[in-house]
Amino acid sequence: MEYIFIIAGVLLIVLTIAAGLIWVERRLLALWQDRYGPNRVGPFGLFQVLADMIKIFFKEDWIPPFADKAVFVIAPGILMISILLTFAIIPFTDSFFVLDSNIGLLFFLGNSSLGVYSIVLGGWASNNKYSLLGSIRASAQMLTYEVFMGLSLMGVVMMSDSFNLREIVEAQRGMWFVFPQFIGFVVFLIAGVAETHRTPFDIPEAEGELVAGYHSEYSGMKFGMFFVGEYLGVTLISTLIVTLFFGGWLGPSFLPPAFWFFFKTAFFICFFVLLRASLPRPRYDQLMDFGWKILLPLVLLNILVTGAIILYLQ
Amino acid sequence: MFSILRSIWLTFLHAFHKRETVGYPEKKPYLPPRYRGRIVLTRDSEGNERCVACNLCAAACPVDCISLQATEDENGRRYPEFFRINFSRCIFCGLCEEACPTYAIQLTPDFELGEYDRQSMVYEKEHLLISGEGKYHGYNFYKNAGVDMGVKAKGEGENEEPTVDLKSLLK
Repeated sequence: MEYIFIIAGVLLIVLTIAAGLIWVERRLLALWQDRYGPNRVGPFGLFQVLADMIKIFFKEDWIPPFADKAVFVIAPGILMISILLTFAIIPFTDSFFVLDSNIGLLFFLGNSSLGVYSIVLGGWASNNKYSLLGSIRASAQMLTYEVFMGLSLMGVVMMSDSFNLREIVEAQRGMWFVFPQFIGFVVFLIAGVAETHRTPFDIPEAEGELVAGYHSEYSGMKFGMFFVGEYLGVTLISTLIVTLFFGGWLGPSFLPPAFWFFFKTAFFICFFVLLRASLPRPRYDQLMDFGWKILLPLVLLNILVTGAIILYLQ
Repeated sequence: MFSILRSIWLTFLHAFHKRETVGYPEKKPYLPPRYRGRIVLTRDSEGNERCVACNLCAAACPVDCISLQATEDENGRRYPEFFRINFSRCIFCGLCEEACPTYAIQLTPDFELGEYDRQSMVYEKEHLLISGEGKYHGYNFYKNAGVDMGVKAKGEGENEEPTVDLKSLLK
């Protein structure tokens, strides 16, 4: 019974944060662009999200006649499910988590690969050239970035000797992994941005080139699921960065562990928004070049050096 | 690489900059006196209508939003019988103001012309006519004009020589 409460609690918290992020992002982007952003609905425009939700539920949920209906409907769900499932393995504190799995990290990598299906199928089922181009880009980008996203975490796994996220956090009691694994952290951050299709790596959407990329044909709540999925992804990557590199819930004991976890996560979420506010989108081939020619050798080198040092110290 | 970090940092610094947005309905922006907003018809310093219904504004108007009908009073002074501006067509270009020989038609810094009913955007003469002189004080067309329209007698205007009686032998 308690188990169900925890699952419901995690779902509630995560979905509320993801929806709230729409407001946070708009306000923060506005702050960095010397504007105000939404500030009319409720205090500081906080109810803007509610207003948008009501709006999006009442919009016509249109399926184009030329679309592959079944796949078109399923696609946004896959994204939501694959991301929400991953939250099961995040240890928010040492006692508040859904699943204490000994393959937690692998579960995350597997689920994030499944997330690509959503985008590829969504673009394919839309039966639209722009959507298809977007999903082709997405699949190529994901293939590239999945490779060294996984590899960038291997240093952490080697140092903590575990795939279990709770044990990885416990292993950081002495020192956060961001210091010994700085290269791993930077590569994971970049791969995380690419994983969630956020600017500067929003090439699958690229509204200047592809209308809206893979979700051009989506409307109503199906679009809303892609949209919230993006913010869920941002939250997920932020929580993972915190868990893997910044000591999760660990922090000075004058504040509860949950606070430290959410504080660190909020910091990285804001950093994601800052990246969007400041960086332009690279070209498709530049992204590929950067991935295969710079990040992959870098991360392999990182694994080599980490492994060598661990062996030497034994 | 360095430039990417630099642009992230510079963007972050914008958090401490002043915001450009003016919170409009609560905070009105300053508009210069010659701003081209709502059009008015002015009166001269004696309180008479300046407009002489010459139709130059209607001719200059690129969207044909001005329509008027000229008529004359008992002294032969021309004035508009009706004067109508359709503000749903007006593009606030100010060409009517430039065309006006009597400074009658003028644009003001008022731009809040929103209406719920399209017909309310059509302003008649009683809506357009104001009691003041607008931007140009002390100007009265008929005091500068050669003709006598009951405002001043012939030869008594500003910058005008007294009349010469050409038929008098004493000259």
